[in-house]
Amino acid sequence: MAKKLGKMVASSLFWRGVASIIVFLVLWEIGSRSKEWMAPEMFAPLKSLLGALGFKKDYLPWIGTVPAPSGVLKAWVEVIGSAGYWQSAYMSFFRVMSGFFAAMLVGIPFGLALAVSRTANGIFFPTFEVLRPIPPLAWVPASIIFWPTQELSITFVTFLGAFYTIVINVLGGARSIDVRYFQAAQSMGSSSWDIFRRIILPGTLPSIVVGSAVGMGITWEVVVAAEMISGGGSQAAGTGGGLGFFIWNSYVGGSYEQIVVGMISIGVAGYFSSELLRWLGKYVTPWLRVR
Amino acid sequence: MNQSAQTTRLAVDPGEIVVTGVSKSYGAVGRHKDVVRDCSFTIERGKLTVMIGPSGCGKSTLIRLLAGFERPTEGTVRLDGQPVTGPDRDRLVVFQETALFPWMTTYDNIMYGPRARGEVTRETLDLAEFLLNKVGLQEFRNKYPLQLSGGMQRRAELARAMINNPRVMVLDEPFRGLDAMTKELMWEYYSRLFEESGRTNFFVTTDIDEAVFLADRLLIMSNIPTQVRAVVEVDVPRPRRLTEIIESDRANEIKREALSILHAEAMRSFARGSKAATDFVEAYLKRANRA
Repeated sequence: MAKKLGKMVASSLFWRGVASIIVFLVLWEIGSRSKEWMAPEMFAPLKSLLGALGFKKDYLPWIGTVPAPSGVLKAWVEVIGSAGYWQSAYMSFFRVMSGFFAAMLVGIPFGLALAVSRTANGIFFPTFEVLRPIPPLAWVPASIIFWPTQELSITFVTFLGAFYTIVINVLGGARSIDVRYFQAAQSMGSSSWDIFRRIILPGTLPSIVVGSAVGMGITWEVVVAAEMISGGGSQAAGTGGGLGFFIWNSYVGGSYEQIVVGMISIGVAGYFSSELLRWLGKYVTPWLRVR
Repeated sequence: MNQSAQTTRLAVDPGEIVVTGVSKSYGAVGRHKDVVRDCSFTIERGKLTVMIGPSGCGKSTLIRLLAGFERPTEGTVRLDGQPVTGPDRDRLVVFQETALFPWMTTYDNIMYGPRARGEVTRETLDLAEFLLNKVGLQEFRNKYPLQLSGGMQRRAELARAMINNPRVMVLDEPFRGLDAMTKELMWEYYSRLFEESGRTNFFVTTDIDEAVFLADRLLIMSNIPTQVRAVVEVDVPRPRRLTEIIESDRANEIKREALSILHAEAMRSFARGSKAATDFVEAYLKRANRA
Protein backbone atom coordinates (compact mmCIF):
# COMPACT_ATOMS: atom_id res chain seq x y z
CA MET A 1 0.00 0.00 0.00
CA ALA A 2 2.72 2.45 1.04
CA LYS A 3 4.78 1.25 -1.91
CA LYS A 4 1.86 1.88 -4.23
CA LEU A 5 1.41 5.36 -2.78
CA GLY A 6 5.11 6.09 -3.19
CA LYS A 7 4.99 4.96 -6.79
CA MET A 8 1.99 7.18 -7.40
CA VAL A 9 3.69 10.24 -5.88
CA ALA A 10 6.76 9.59 -8.00
CA SER A 11 4.83 9.44 -11.28
CA SER A 12 4.67 12.48 -13.53
CA LEU A 13 1.00 11.80 -14.11
CA PHE A 14 0.31 12.43 -10.44
CA TRP A 15 2.10 15.77 -10.46
CA ARG A 16 0.43 16.80 -13.66
CA GLY A 17 -2.91 16.17 -11.94
CA VAL A 18 -1.86 18.22 -8.89
CA ALA A 19 -0.64 21.04 -11.13
CA SER A 20 -3.90 21.04 -13.06
CA ILE A 21 -5.92 21.41 -9.86
CA ILE A 22 -3.67 24.21 -8.59
CA VAL A 23 -3.87 26.12 -11.87
CA PHE A 24 -7.63 25.77 -11.82
CA LEU A 25 -7.84 27.10 -8.25
CA VAL A 26 -5.54 30.04 -9.00
CA LEU A 27 -7.53 31.06 -12.08
CA TRP A 28 -10.72 30.76 -10.12
CA GLU A 29 -9.28 32.91 -7.30
CA ILE A 30 -8.13 35.58 -9.76
CA GLY A 31 -11.46 35.53 -11.54
CA SER A 32 -13.43 35.85 -8.34
CA ARG A 33 -11.31 38.75 -7.15
CA SER A 34 -11.45 40.55 -10.47
CA LYS A 35 -13.97 42.99 -9.06
CA GLU A 36 -11.40 44.21 -6.53
CA TRP A 37 -8.72 45.16 -9.03
CA MET A 38 -10.65 45.79 -12.20
CA ALA A 39 -12.54 49.00 -12.72
CA PRO A 40 -15.90 48.59 -14.45
CA GLU A 41 -14.71 51.09 -17.09
CA MET A 42 -12.23 48.52 -18.32
CA PHE A 43 -15.12 46.56 -19.67
CA ALA A 44 -16.84 49.47 -21.35
CA PRO A 45 -15.37 48.80 -24.83
CA LEU A 46 -16.22 45.09 -24.62
CA LYS A 47 -19.69 45.89 -23.41
CA SER A 48 -20.39 48.39 -26.16
CA LEU A 49 -19.08 45.93 -28.72
CA LEU A 50 -21.37 43.23 -27.43
CA GLY A 51 -24.19 45.74 -27.30
CA ALA A 52 -23.60 46.58 -30.96
CA LEU A 53 -23.76 42.88 -31.75
CA GLY A 54 -27.21 42.79 -30.21
CA PHE A 55 -26.38 41.39 -26.77
CA LYS A 56 -28.15 43.00 -23.89
CA LYS A 57 -26.00 44.49 -21.19
CA ASP A 58 -25.54 42.22 -18.16
CA TYR A 59 -26.44 39.24 -20.23
CA LEU A 60 -23.14 37.48 -19.64
CA PRO A 61 -22.09 35.34 -16.71
CA TRP A 62 -19.58 37.08 -14.52
CA ILE A 63 -17.06 35.08 -12.57
CA GLY A 64 -16.60 38.01 -10.16
CA THR A 65 -19.92 37.07 -8.58
CA VAL A 66 -18.71 33.56 -7.71
CA PRO A 67 -17.12 33.09 -4.29
CA ALA A 68 -13.35 32.69 -4.38
CA PRO A 69 -11.70 29.43 -3.31
CA SER A 70 -10.08 31.19 -0.36
CA GLY A 71 -13.52 32.31 0.80
CA VAL A 72 -14.87 28.81 0.28
CA LEU A 73 -12.05 27.37 2.33
CA LYS A 74 -12.78 29.84 5.11
CA ALA A 75 -16.46 28.93 5.03
CA TRP A 76 -15.55 25.28 5.10
CA VAL A 77 -13.38 25.73 8.15
CA GLU A 78 -16.30 27.49 9.80
CA VAL A 79 -18.88 24.80 9.02
CA ILE A 80 -16.62 21.81 9.50
CA GLY A 81 -17.07 22.04 13.23
CA SER A 82 -20.82 22.47 13.04
CA ALA A 83 -23.09 19.53 13.64
CA GLY A 84 -25.47 20.72 10.93
CA TYR A 85 -22.93 20.23 8.15
CA TRP A 86 -22.01 16.72 9.23
CA GLN A 87 -25.62 15.90 9.80
CA SER A 88 -26.38 17.02 6.24
CA ALA A 89 -23.55 14.98 4.79
CA TYR A 90 -24.59 12.00 6.85
CA MET A 91 -28.22 12.29 5.78
CA SER A 92 -27.32 12.40 2.08
CA PHE A 93 -24.86 9.57 2.45
CA PHE A 94 -27.41 7.48 4.33
CA ARG A 95 -30.06 8.10 1.67
CA VAL A 96 -27.66 7.28 -1.15
CA MET A 97 -26.62 4.06 0.54
CA SER A 98 -30.12 2.88 1.41
CA GLY A 99 -31.41 3.73 -2.05
CA PHE A 100 -28.42 2.13 -3.69
CA PHE A 101 -28.47 -1.09 -1.68
CA ALA A 102 -32.22 -1.40 -2.13
CA ALA A 103 -31.62 -1.04 -5.88
CA MET A 104 -28.95 -3.78 -5.78
CA LEU A 105 -31.14 -6.02 -3.65
CA VAL A 106 -34.12 -5.71 -5.99
CA GLY A 107 -32.33 -4.97 -9.26
CA ILE A 108 -29.87 -7.87 -9.43
CA PRO A 109 -32.41 -10.68 -8.89
CA PHE A 110 -34.90 -8.86 -11.12
CA GLY A 111 -32.37 -8.45 -13.93
CA LEU A 112 -31.33 -12.10 -13.62
CA ALA A 113 -34.95 -13.22 -13.69
CA LEU A 114 -35.55 -11.18 -16.85
CA ALA A 115 -32.48 -12.81 -18.40
CA VAL A 116 -33.14 -16.46 -17.53
CA SER A 117 -36.92 -16.71 -17.59
CA ARG A 118 -38.86 -16.07 -20.74
CA THR A 119 -42.05 -15.89 -18.68
CA ALA A 120 -40.67 -13.26 -16.30
CA ASN A 121 -39.38 -11.33 -19.27
CA GLY A 122 -42.75 -11.45 -21.01
CA ILE A 123 -44.59 -10.27 -17.91
CA PHE A 124 -42.30 -7.56 -16.57
CA PHE A 125 -40.11 -6.26 -19.36
CA PRO A 126 -42.72 -4.19 -21.26
CA THR A 127 -43.79 -2.35 -18.07
CA PHE A 128 -40.16 -1.89 -17.10
CA GLU A 129 -39.34 -0.39 -20.49
CA VAL A 130 -42.24 2.07 -20.26
CA LEU A 131 -41.25 3.21 -16.76
CA ARG A 132 -37.53 3.36 -17.48
CA PRO A 133 -37.45 6.58 -19.54
CA ILE A 134 -39.21 8.53 -16.75
CA PRO A 135 -36.49 10.53 -15.02
CA PRO A 136 -36.28 9.74 -11.29
CA LEU A 137 -36.88 13.41 -10.47
CA ALA A 138 -40.24 13.28 -12.22
CA TRP A 139 -41.20 10.79 -9.52
CA VAL A 140 -40.59 13.26 -6.69
CA PRO A 141 -44.11 14.72 -6.37
CA ALA A 142 -45.81 11.35 -6.84
CA SER A 143 -43.57 9.64 -4.31
CA ILE A 144 -44.11 12.40 -1.74
CA ILE A 145 -47.82 11.67 -2.02
CA PHE A 146 -47.35 7.92 -2.08
CA TRP A 147 -44.84 7.29 0.70
CA PRO A 148 -45.90 7.99 4.27
CA THR A 149 -42.74 9.91 5.18
CA GLN A 150 -40.60 12.44 3.37
CA GLU A 151 -37.57 10.30 4.16
CA LEU A 152 -38.99 7.26 2.40
CA SER A 153 -39.97 9.29 -0.64
CA ILE A 154 -36.43 10.64 -1.07
CA THR A 155 -34.94 7.19 -0.60
CA PHE A 156 -37.37 5.81 -3.15
CA VAL A 157 -36.37 8.36 -5.77
CA THR A 158 -32.72 7.59 -5.05
CA PHE A 159 -33.50 3.90 -5.43
CA LEU A 160 -35.02 4.51 -8.86
CA GLY A 161 -31.88 6.32 -9.98
CA ALA A 162 -29.75 3.23 -9.53
CA PHE A 163 -32.39 0.57 -10.15
CA TYR A 164 -32.85 0.94 -13.91
CA THR A 165 -29.15 1.08 -14.62
CA ILE A 166 -28.44 -1.99 -12.52
CA VAL A 167 -31.26 -4.02 -14.09
CA ILE A 168 -30.26 -3.11 -17.64
CA ASN A 169 -26.63 -3.99 -16.97
CA VAL A 170 -27.45 -7.30 -15.29
CA LEU A 171 -29.80 -8.23 -18.11
CA GLY A 172 -27.31 -7.30 -20.80
CA GLY A 173 -24.45 -9.01 -18.97
CA ALA A 174 -26.31 -12.26 -18.47
CA ARG A 175 -27.46 -12.28 -22.09
CA SER A 176 -23.98 -11.79 -23.48
CA ILE A 177 -22.48 -14.84 -21.78
CA ASP A 178 -20.88 -17.06 -24.43
CA VAL A 179 -23.35 -19.80 -25.39
CA ARG A 180 -20.48 -22.33 -25.46
CA TYR A 181 -20.11 -21.98 -21.69
CA PHE A 182 -23.66 -23.25 -21.30
CA GLN A 183 -23.07 -26.03 -23.80
CA ALA A 184 -19.87 -27.12 -22.10
CA ALA A 185 -21.51 -27.05 -18.68
CA GLN A 186 -24.51 -29.00 -19.93
CA SER A 187 -22.32 -31.63 -21.55
CA MET A 188 -20.42 -32.12 -18.32
CA GLY A 189 -23.66 -32.87 -16.51
CA SER A 190 -24.58 -29.57 -14.83
CA SER A 191 -28.05 -29.09 -13.41
CA SER A 192 -29.92 -25.85 -14.12
CA TRP A 193 -29.16 -24.60 -10.62
CA ASP A 194 -25.49 -25.44 -11.08
CA ILE A 195 -25.42 -23.53 -14.38
CA PHE A 196 -27.09 -20.57 -12.71
CA ARG A 197 -24.72 -20.57 -9.77
CA ARG A 198 -21.44 -21.34 -11.52
CA ILE A 199 -21.93 -19.89 -15.01
CA ILE A 200 -24.62 -17.20 -15.07
CA LEU A 201 -23.80 -15.56 -11.74
CA PRO A 202 -20.03 -15.19 -12.21
CA GLY A 203 -20.55 -14.44 -15.90
CA THR A 204 -22.80 -11.51 -14.99
CA LEU A 205 -20.64 -10.22 -12.14
CA PRO A 206 -18.52 -7.83 -14.25
CA SER A 207 -21.70 -6.22 -15.56
CA ILE A 208 -23.10 -6.00 -12.05
CA VAL A 209 -19.96 -4.12 -11.02
CA VAL A 210 -20.22 -1.72 -13.96
CA GLY A 211 -23.94 -1.20 -13.40
CA SER A 212 -23.37 -0.48 -9.72
CA ALA A 213 -20.63 2.06 -10.37
CA VAL A 214 -22.80 3.93 -12.86
CA GLY A 215 -25.81 3.56 -10.57
CA MET A 216 -23.87 4.98 -7.64
CA GLY A 217 -23.06 8.11 -9.63
CA ILE A 218 -26.72 8.57 -10.50
CA THR A 219 -27.87 8.17 -6.88
CA TRP A 220 -25.71 11.12 -5.82
CA GLU A 221 -27.14 13.25 -8.62
CA VAL A 222 -30.66 12.24 -7.72
CA VAL A 223 -30.48 12.52 -3.93
CA VAL A 224 -29.29 16.12 -4.01
CA ALA A 225 -31.99 17.22 -6.42
CA ALA A 226 -34.66 15.32 -4.49
CA GLU A 227 -33.56 17.00 -1.25
CA MET A 228 -33.77 20.43 -2.87
CA ILE A 229 -37.22 19.82 -4.27
CA SER A 230 -38.75 18.15 -1.26
CA GLY A 231 -37.29 20.51 1.34
CA GLY A 232 -34.84 17.97 2.62
CA GLY A 233 -36.81 15.94 5.07
CA SER A 234 -38.96 16.37 8.07
CA GLN A 235 -36.43 18.07 10.31
CA ALA A 236 -35.90 21.76 10.82
CA ALA A 237 -34.11 23.73 8.13
CA GLY A 238 -30.33 23.56 8.18
CA THR A 239 -30.10 20.60 10.48
CA GLY A 240 -30.17 17.24 8.80
CA GLY A 241 -31.80 18.13 5.50
CA GLY A 242 -29.01 16.55 3.51
CA LEU A 243 -26.39 18.22 1.32
CA GLY A 244 -28.94 19.18 -1.30
CA PHE A 245 -30.91 21.09 1.25
CA PHE A 246 -27.70 22.49 2.74
CA ILE A 247 -26.89 24.04 -0.65
CA TRP A 248 -30.39 25.33 -1.15
CA ASN A 249 -30.54 26.75 2.32
CA SER A 250 -27.20 28.50 1.84
CA TYR A 251 -28.54 30.04 -1.33
CA VAL A 252 -31.68 31.25 0.38
CA GLY A 253 -29.65 32.52 3.32
CA GLY A 254 -27.24 34.35 1.02
CA SER A 255 -24.05 32.58 2.14
CA TYR A 256 -22.67 31.87 -1.29
CA GLU A 257 -19.42 30.39 -0.03
CA GLN A 258 -21.42 27.65 1.64
CA ILE A 259 -23.07 26.75 -1.65
CA VAL A 260 -19.67 25.86 -3.04
CA VAL A 261 -18.74 24.05 0.17
CA GLY A 262 -21.84 21.89 -0.31
CA MET A 263 -21.04 21.27 -3.96
CA ILE A 264 -17.49 20.18 -3.31
CA SER A 265 -18.62 17.99 -0.41
CA ILE A 266 -20.87 16.13 -2.83
CA GLY A 267 -18.01 15.75 -5.29
CA VAL A 268 -15.74 14.30 -2.63
CA ALA A 269 -18.41 11.98 -1.24
CA GLY A 270 -19.32 10.78 -4.72
CA TYR A 271 -15.69 10.13 -5.55
CA PHE A 272 -15.12 8.04 -2.45
CA SER A 273 -18.28 5.99 -2.89
CA SER A 274 -17.35 5.22 -6.50
CA GLU A 275 -13.81 4.37 -5.46
CA LEU A 276 -15.13 2.04 -2.78
CA LEU A 277 -17.27 0.29 -5.38
CA ARG A 278 -14.39 -0.02 -7.82
CA TRP A 279 -12.32 -1.60 -5.09
CA LEU A 280 -15.13 -3.99 -4.17
CA GLY A 281 -15.64 -4.75 -7.84
CA LYS A 282 -12.01 -5.75 -8.29
CA TYR A 283 -12.23 -7.87 -5.19
CA VAL A 284 -15.22 -9.89 -6.44
CA THR A 285 -13.89 -10.36 -10.00
CA PRO A 286 -10.32 -11.55 -9.39
CA TRP A 287 -10.07 -13.15 -12.84
CA LEU A 288 -10.23 -9.74 -14.50
CA ARG A 289 -7.37 -8.13 -12.62
CA VAL A 290 -4.80 -10.66 -13.78
CA ARG A 291 -1.83 -9.74 -15.96
CA MET B 1 0.91 -40.01 -9.97
CA ASN B 2 -0.17 -42.90 -7.86
CA GLN B 3 -1.67 -46.23 -8.77
CA SER B 4 -5.36 -45.37 -8.48
CA ALA B 5 -5.02 -42.45 -10.87
CA GLN B 6 -3.37 -44.74 -13.38
CA THR B 7 -6.12 -47.31 -13.33
CA THR B 8 -8.90 -44.72 -13.50
CA ARG B 9 -7.42 -43.08 -16.51
CA LEU B 10 -6.79 -46.26 -18.38
CA ALA B 11 -10.36 -47.44 -17.99
CA VAL B 12 -11.34 -45.75 -21.23
CA ASP B 13 -14.49 -47.07 -22.81
CA PRO B 14 -14.31 -46.00 -26.45
CA GLY B 15 -17.62 -45.49 -28.20
CA GLU B 16 -18.72 -45.57 -31.80
CA ILE B 17 -20.94 -42.93 -33.38
CA VAL B 18 -23.02 -43.74 -36.44
CA VAL B 19 -24.60 -40.86 -38.33
CA THR B 20 -27.34 -42.00 -40.70
CA GLY B 21 -29.05 -39.83 -43.29
CA VAL B 22 -28.82 -36.69 -41.19
CA SER B 23 -30.18 -33.43 -42.52
CA LYS B 24 -30.33 -30.11 -40.74
CA SER B 25 -32.04 -27.03 -42.04
CA TYR B 26 -32.62 -23.63 -40.50
CA GLY B 27 -35.29 -21.04 -41.09
CA ALA B 28 -39.04 -21.05 -41.57
CA VAL B 29 -40.85 -23.70 -43.57
CA GLY B 30 -40.60 -22.99 -47.28
CA ARG B 31 -37.73 -20.54 -46.80
CA HIS B 32 -35.41 -22.91 -44.97
CA LYS B 33 -31.86 -23.60 -45.97
CA ASP B 34 -30.20 -27.00 -45.76
CA VAL B 35 -26.84 -26.80 -44.06
CA VAL B 36 -26.42 -30.55 -43.81
CA ARG B 37 -28.21 -32.82 -46.28
CA ASP B 38 -28.46 -36.60 -46.11
CA CYS B 39 -25.12 -36.98 -44.40
CA SER B 40 -23.94 -40.42 -43.28
CA PHE B 41 -20.66 -41.53 -41.74
CA THR B 42 -19.22 -43.56 -38.91
CA ILE B 43 -16.81 -42.45 -36.21
CA GLU B 44 -15.08 -45.74 -35.60
CA ARG B 45 -14.35 -47.07 -32.14
CA GLY B 46 -10.97 -46.19 -30.71
CA LYS B 47 -9.88 -44.32 -33.83
CA LEU B 48 -9.01 -40.72 -34.51
CA THR B 49 -11.36 -39.61 -37.25
CA VAL B 50 -10.59 -36.24 -38.77
CA MET B 51 -13.17 -34.32 -40.75
CA ILE B 52 -11.80 -31.77 -43.17
CA GLY B 53 -13.63 -29.36 -45.41
CA PRO B 54 -13.68 -25.72 -46.39
CA SER B 55 -14.62 -23.25 -43.70
CA GLY B 56 -18.32 -22.50 -43.55
CA CYS B 57 -19.27 -25.91 -44.93
CA GLY B 58 -21.42 -26.87 -41.95
CA LYS B 59 -18.91 -28.79 -39.88
CA SER B 60 -19.80 -26.85 -36.76
CA THR B 61 -23.45 -27.71 -37.31
CA LEU B 62 -22.54 -31.39 -37.47
CA ILE B 63 -20.67 -31.03 -34.19
CA ARG B 64 -23.70 -29.47 -32.50
CA LEU B 65 -25.75 -32.43 -33.72
CA LEU B 66 -23.19 -34.96 -32.44
CA ALA B 67 -22.98 -33.21 -29.09
CA GLY B 68 -26.75 -33.06 -28.85
CA PHE B 69 -27.00 -29.26 -28.56
CA GLU B 70 -29.31 -29.43 -31.57
CA ARG B 71 -31.47 -32.14 -33.11
CA PRO B 72 -31.28 -33.16 -36.75
CA THR B 73 -34.23 -32.27 -38.96
CA GLU B 74 -34.03 -35.78 -40.40
CA GLY B 75 -31.96 -38.89 -39.77
CA THR B 76 -30.33 -40.20 -36.61
CA VAL B 77 -27.13 -39.90 -34.63
CA ARG B 78 -26.39 -42.98 -32.54
CA LEU B 79 -23.71 -43.63 -29.95
CA ASP B 80 -23.17 -47.37 -29.53
CA GLY B 81 -26.66 -47.93 -30.87
CA GLN B 82 -28.36 -45.45 -28.54
CA PRO B 83 -29.91 -42.39 -30.22
CA VAL B 84 -28.41 -39.09 -29.12
CA THR B 85 -31.09 -36.96 -27.48
CA GLY B 86 -29.15 -34.22 -25.76
CA PRO B 87 -25.79 -33.12 -24.38
CA ASP B 88 -24.07 -35.69 -22.20
CA ARG B 89 -20.66 -36.28 -20.68
CA ASP B 90 -20.16 -39.30 -22.97
CA ARG B 91 -19.67 -36.93 -25.95
CA LEU B 92 -17.60 -33.94 -24.86
CA VAL B 93 -16.78 -31.06 -27.14
CA VAL B 94 -13.52 -29.13 -27.09
CA PHE B 95 -14.46 -25.85 -28.69
CA GLN B 96 -12.84 -23.54 -31.21
CA GLU B 97 -10.58 -20.95 -29.64
CA THR B 98 -11.19 -21.66 -25.97
CA ALA B 99 -14.29 -22.11 -23.87
CA LEU B 100 -12.64 -22.38 -20.47
CA PHE B 101 -14.69 -20.55 -17.86
CA PRO B 102 -12.75 -17.30 -17.40
CA TRP B 103 -13.84 -16.91 -13.76
CA MET B 104 -12.39 -20.26 -12.69
CA THR B 105 -8.79 -21.24 -12.15
CA THR B 106 -7.25 -24.04 -14.20
CA TYR B 107 -7.92 -26.49 -11.41
CA ASP B 108 -11.54 -25.40 -10.94
CA ASN B 109 -12.09 -25.64 -14.68
CA ILE B 110 -10.76 -29.19 -14.75
CA MET B 111 -12.81 -30.17 -11.70
CA TYR B 112 -15.97 -28.61 -13.15
CA GLY B 113 -17.47 -31.84 -14.47
CA PRO B 114 -16.90 -34.02 -11.40
CA ARG B 115 -18.20 -31.26 -9.12
CA ALA B 116 -21.27 -30.68 -11.29
CA ARG B 117 -22.16 -34.35 -11.06
CA GLY B 118 -21.30 -34.61 -7.36
CA GLU B 119 -18.43 -36.98 -8.07
CA VAL B 120 -15.73 -35.40 -5.96
CA THR B 121 -14.13 -38.66 -4.89
CA ARG B 122 -10.58 -39.70 -4.08
CA GLU B 123 -10.51 -41.14 -7.58
CA THR B 124 -11.45 -37.95 -9.44
CA LEU B 125 -9.18 -35.84 -7.24
CA ASP B 126 -6.27 -38.13 -8.13
CA LEU B 127 -7.27 -38.01 -11.75
CA ALA B 128 -7.29 -34.21 -11.67
CA GLU B 129 -3.72 -34.22 -10.32
CA PHE B 130 -2.71 -36.79 -12.91
CA LEU B 131 -4.18 -34.72 -15.74
CA LEU B 132 -2.65 -31.49 -14.43
CA ASN B 133 0.75 -33.14 -14.66
CA LYS B 134 -0.12 -34.75 -17.96
CA VAL B 135 -0.92 -31.43 -19.61
CA GLY B 136 1.99 -29.75 -17.82
CA LEU B 137 -0.11 -27.24 -15.92
CA GLN B 138 0.63 -28.29 -12.33
CA GLU B 139 2.37 -24.96 -11.70
CA PHE B 140 -0.52 -23.07 -13.29
CA ARG B 141 -3.30 -24.79 -11.39
CA ASN B 142 -4.31 -21.61 -9.57
CA LYS B 143 -4.07 -19.31 -12.57
CA TYR B 144 -7.05 -17.96 -14.44
CA PRO B 145 -7.43 -18.70 -18.18
CA LEU B 146 -6.46 -15.13 -19.05
CA GLN B 147 -3.09 -15.74 -17.42
CA LEU B 148 -2.37 -18.79 -19.59
CA SER B 149 -0.85 -18.78 -23.05
CA GLY B 150 -2.90 -20.01 -26.01
CA GLY B 151 -1.27 -23.45 -25.93
CA MET B 152 -1.80 -23.81 -22.17
CA GLN B 153 -5.45 -22.89 -22.56
CA ARG B 154 -5.96 -25.64 -25.15
CA ARG B 155 -4.21 -28.18 -22.91
CA ALA B 156 -6.31 -27.14 -19.93
CA GLU B 157 -9.38 -27.59 -22.06
CA LEU B 158 -8.28 -31.07 -23.12
CA ALA B 159 -7.84 -31.95 -19.46
CA ARG B 160 -11.24 -30.49 -18.56
CA ALA B 161 -12.84 -32.79 -21.13
CA MET B 162 -10.74 -35.90 -20.36
CA ILE B 163 -11.48 -35.95 -16.63
CA ASN B 164 -15.09 -36.77 -17.50
CA ASN B 165 -13.88 -39.86 -19.34
CA PRO B 166 -16.11 -39.42 -22.38
CA ARG B 167 -16.67 -42.30 -24.76
CA VAL B 168 -16.08 -39.93 -27.67
CA MET B 169 -14.14 -36.67 -27.64
CA VAL B 170 -15.29 -34.17 -30.23
CA LEU B 171 -12.81 -31.43 -31.11
CA ASP B 172 -13.94 -28.43 -33.16
CA GLU B 173 -10.83 -26.84 -34.68
CA PRO B 174 -9.26 -26.79 -31.23
CA PHE B 175 -5.90 -25.41 -32.33
CA ARG B 176 -7.23 -22.61 -34.48
CA GLY B 177 -5.74 -19.26 -33.61
CA LEU B 178 -2.46 -20.66 -32.32
CA ASP B 179 0.78 -19.63 -33.97
CA ALA B 180 2.35 -22.18 -36.34
CA MET B 181 5.02 -23.34 -33.89
CA THR B 182 2.65 -23.87 -30.96
CA LYS B 183 0.18 -25.53 -33.26
CA GLU B 184 2.67 -28.16 -34.41
CA LEU B 185 3.72 -28.83 -30.84
CA MET B 186 0.08 -29.28 -29.95
CA TRP B 187 -0.34 -31.84 -32.77
CA GLU B 188 2.42 -34.03 -31.40
CA TYR B 189 1.20 -33.52 -27.89
CA TYR B 190 -2.41 -34.28 -28.70
CA SER B 191 -1.64 -37.34 -30.84
CA ARG B 192 0.44 -38.76 -27.98
CA LEU B 193 -2.53 -38.28 -25.65
CA PHE B 194 -4.71 -40.09 -28.15
CA GLU B 195 -2.26 -42.94 -28.61
CA GLU B 196 -2.03 -43.45 -24.86
CA SER B 197 -5.76 -43.42 -24.19
CA GLY B 198 -7.16 -45.29 -27.20
CA ARG B 199 -10.29 -43.21 -26.88
CA THR B 200 -12.54 -42.51 -29.86
CA ASN B 201 -11.73 -39.00 -31.12
CA PHE B 202 -13.51 -36.90 -33.70
CA PHE B 203 -11.46 -33.95 -34.85
CA VAL B 204 -12.69 -31.22 -37.17
CA THR B 205 -10.29 -28.98 -39.04
CA THR B 206 -9.67 -26.94 -42.18
CA ASP B 207 -5.93 -27.59 -42.12
CA ILE B 208 -4.73 -30.42 -44.38
CA ASP B 209 -1.34 -30.81 -42.64
CA GLU B 210 -3.07 -31.10 -39.29
CA ALA B 211 -5.56 -33.59 -40.75
CA VAL B 212 -2.96 -35.92 -42.28
CA PHE B 213 -0.70 -35.81 -39.24
CA LEU B 214 -3.44 -36.70 -36.79
CA ALA B 215 -5.90 -38.92 -38.64
CA ASP B 216 -6.52 -42.63 -38.70
CA ARG B 217 -9.39 -41.91 -41.03
CA LEU B 218 -9.95 -38.77 -43.00
CA LEU B 219 -13.48 -37.66 -43.92
CA ILE B 220 -13.42 -35.12 -46.71
CA MET B 221 -16.51 -32.97 -46.81
CA SER B 222 -18.27 -31.24 -49.65
CA ASN B 223 -19.47 -27.68 -49.31
CA ILE B 224 -22.96 -26.66 -48.15
CA PRO B 225 -24.99 -28.80 -47.88
CA THR B 226 -22.48 -30.87 -45.97
CA GLN B 227 -21.92 -34.42 -47.16
CA VAL B 228 -19.02 -36.79 -46.94
CA ARG B 229 -17.26 -36.66 -50.30
CA ALA B 230 -14.56 -39.24 -49.64
CA VAL B 231 -13.05 -41.35 -46.88
CA VAL B 232 -9.28 -41.80 -46.83
CA GLU B 233 -7.58 -44.31 -44.53
CA VAL B 234 -4.35 -42.78 -43.26
CA ASP B 235 -2.25 -45.91 -42.87
CA VAL B 236 0.82 -44.19 -41.48
CA PRO B 237 2.19 -46.00 -38.41
CA ARG B 238 1.92 -44.55 -34.91
CA PRO B 239 3.43 -43.03 -32.89
CA ARG B 240 3.98 -40.24 -35.38
CA ARG B 241 6.61 -37.54 -35.18
CA LEU B 242 6.36 -34.33 -37.11
CA THR B 243 9.81 -34.73 -38.66
CA GLU B 244 8.97 -38.24 -39.84
CA ILE B 245 5.64 -37.27 -41.29
CA ILE B 246 7.16 -34.52 -43.40
CA GLU B 247 9.49 -37.07 -44.97
CA SER B 248 6.98 -39.90 -45.17
CA ASP B 249 6.10 -40.72 -48.80
CA ARG B 250 2.88 -42.35 -47.74
CA ALA B 251 1.77 -39.27 -45.81
CA ASN B 252 2.56 -37.01 -48.76
CA GLU B 253 0.73 -39.30 -51.12
CA ILE B 254 -2.35 -39.18 -48.91
CA LYS B 255 -2.07 -35.44 -48.65
CA ARG B 256 -1.96 -35.09 -52.44
CA GLU B 257 -4.91 -37.40 -52.80
CA ALA B 258 -6.90 -35.45 -50.24
CA LEU B 259 -5.96 -32.14 -51.80
CA SER B 260 -7.09 -33.20 -55.24
CA ILE B 261 -10.49 -34.19 -53.87
CA LEU B 262 -10.69 -30.96 -51.89
CA HIS B 263 -9.66 -29.00 -54.95
CA ALA B 264 -12.39 -30.51 -57.09
CA GLU B 265 -14.81 -29.75 -54.29
CA ALA B 266 -13.63 -26.18 -53.99
CA MET B 267 -13.89 -25.60 -57.71
CA ARG B 268 -17.44 -26.91 -57.69
CA SER B 269 -18.55 -24.51 -54.99
CA PHE B 270 -16.43 -21.78 -56.49
CA ALA B 271 -18.50 -22.11 -59.64
CA ARG B 272 -21.57 -21.59 -57.46
CA GLY B 273 -20.07 -18.36 -56.21
CA SER B 274 -19.70 -19.06 -52.53
CA LYS B 275 -17.50 -16.72 -50.48
CA ALA B 276 -16.18 -19.58 -48.37
CA ALA B 277 -15.16 -21.39 -51.54
CA THR B 278 -13.15 -18.41 -52.78
CA ASP B 279 -11.22 -18.34 -49.56
CA PHE B 280 -10.73 -22.03 -49.79
CA VAL B 281 -9.37 -22.00 -53.33
CA GLU B 282 -6.82 -19.40 -52.26
CA ALA B 283 -5.84 -21.46 -49.25
CA TYR B 284 -5.68 -24.58 -51.41
CA LEU B 285 -3.34 -22.98 -53.91
CA LYS B 286 -0.96 -22.02 -51.12
CA ARG B 287 -0.98 -25.59 -49.83
CA ALA B 288 -0.57 -27.11 -53.28
CA ASN B 289 2.52 -25.03 -53.91
CA ARG B 290 4.02 -26.17 -50.63
CA ALA B 291 3.19 -29.86 -51.26
